[in-house]
Amino acid sequence: MENGHRCFGDGLPYLNLNDLKGKLIAVEGTDGVGRSTHIELLQEWLEVQGYGVVTTGWTRSTLMSKTIEAAKEGNILDRWSFSLLYATDFADRLEHQIIPALRSGFIVLADRYVYTAFARDWVRSGDRQWIRDAFGFALVPDLICYLRIDVDTLALRVIESKGMNYWESGMDLKLGADLFDSFKKYQSLLIEEFDKMAEEFGFEVIDARKSPEEIQDMLRAKIQPVLAHARHSGTPRSEPPPEQSTST
Amino acid sequence: MSTRPPTFEQPHSFPGKLIIVEGIDGSGKSTQLLLLQKWLEAKGFNVFFTEWNSSELVRETTRRAKKNKTLTPTTFSLLHATDFASRLYHEILPPLKAGMVVLADRYVYTAFARDGVRGVSRAWVRKLYNFAIRPDLAFYYKVPIDVAIDRLVGGTRAQLKYYEAGMDMGLSLDLSESFRLFQSRILTEYDKIVPEYDLLVMDATKDIETQQSEMRQLVSKALEQYRPKRGTHGKRTSMFWRRFAVPQPE
Repeated sequence: MENGHRCFGDGLPYLNLNDLKGKLIAVEGTDGVGRSTHIELLQEWLEVQGYGVVTTGWTRSTLMSKTIEAAKEGNILDRWSFSLLYATDFADRLEHQIIPALRSGFIVLADRYVYTAFARDWVRSGDRQWIRDAFGFALVPDLICYLRIDVDTLALRVIESKGMNYWESGMDLKLGADLFDSFKKYQSLLIEEFDKMAEEFGFEVIDARKSPEEIQDMLRAKIQPVLAHARHSGTPRSEPPPEQSTST
Repeated sequence: MSTRPPTFEQPHSFPGKLIIVEGIDGSGKSTQLLLLQKWLEAKGFNVFFTEWNSSELVRETTRRAKKNKTLTPTTFSLLHATDFASRLYHEILPPLKAGMVVLADRYVYTAFARDGVRGVSRAWVRKLYNFAIRPDLAFYYKVPIDVAIDRLVGGTRAQLKYYEAGMDMGLSLDLSESFRLFQSRILTEYDKIVPEYDLLVMDATKDIETQQSEMRQLVSKALEQYRPKRGTHGKRTSMFWRRFAVPQPE
């Protein structure tokens, strides 16, 4: 793959995706694993080196963020509306943030990517095909870093920090008697699916139980080779970033 | 966590019936569906009506996005799919399972036609909607573009809207010229969809009464084996559930 990026399935026939000079790096992992902290550190590290960086976060689109918040206040979202709301949010960010940034040669750091939607939809439906078809228009990232953690460590970490919430515990699925049981079952299913996808999509797996410093070093080691290629194809810094989201 | 095969590929097995109408703006399909509803209700059927792009979940978002003109072909398509999914779950499946007759003004074929013209992958949009319920009867009201424009301009809806006229596609700076070009392309797209999904083609240039009489004959035939179930005779609400907050207009 030179400068060209490709889509997962049926793409965006009305757009030319051959001139995307930048690099798309996705950071995946379940809730509370420390993705946003590491993305902030990565952005700092990259900018010091002179790379233009744009970050994009799940549900942060101008089009959909409010709608998703409103929908989550209720609890009768069906599987399709649930996944389609996120797909719409993603498409809005893809076309208004990610693609323009890549075209201008930026490094795009994505806090969560389509794999989050794949895992969540699979847990709710047991069907892998429909959600992959629905996200067929998504760009395949240049690198996917997966922060992997075991569910016991994760549960402790989440309780110690912000606490467990309804959606992160998959309470809509009625998997357990209380928030804790439900959280553990739901997150175990997600981790199991992420592990399968790690092979299917070639994730770079990073042990998220290590110290933040070690994790950051491992992330940088995975990202450096991808950048060398970006530098080679020229990474201008002159143009301002398009509609940058607040990093999360 | 059960595996569900795509439902759109086979007839449904619910006790109710799903009847839908398709056609471009100005084809008169909504008038025909309204008259059909009157007739079915007079006959004692329990009828539920649902229309394209009307779910509480995304209606306000769509309205706002259309105003700001920030929709791309893909987000336009996905927003309508979200609306459809929400209505399928809240407005179409419950009455079908309860044995009612569900009438839908526009169905997934509208998405296939419009999104295809806007330039998204035709294969993609079909896969996107493969969770839809296959209708028992699907009417397509076919009308030449000039007749449709005359009806719209001379009728109740004198103002053509930005997205309905396909202004986002940059076909023409003139609203009515853009409408003509965009809707003509949609007609061509429908011509491909009709044989693909065996839609029943109705001649929408005939008199309203003649069209309605033909429609009622076809519906009568389709409902021969159908045994209506009657619940309460009182007035029912138009909604089966509503438990999320609706985003308010800004």
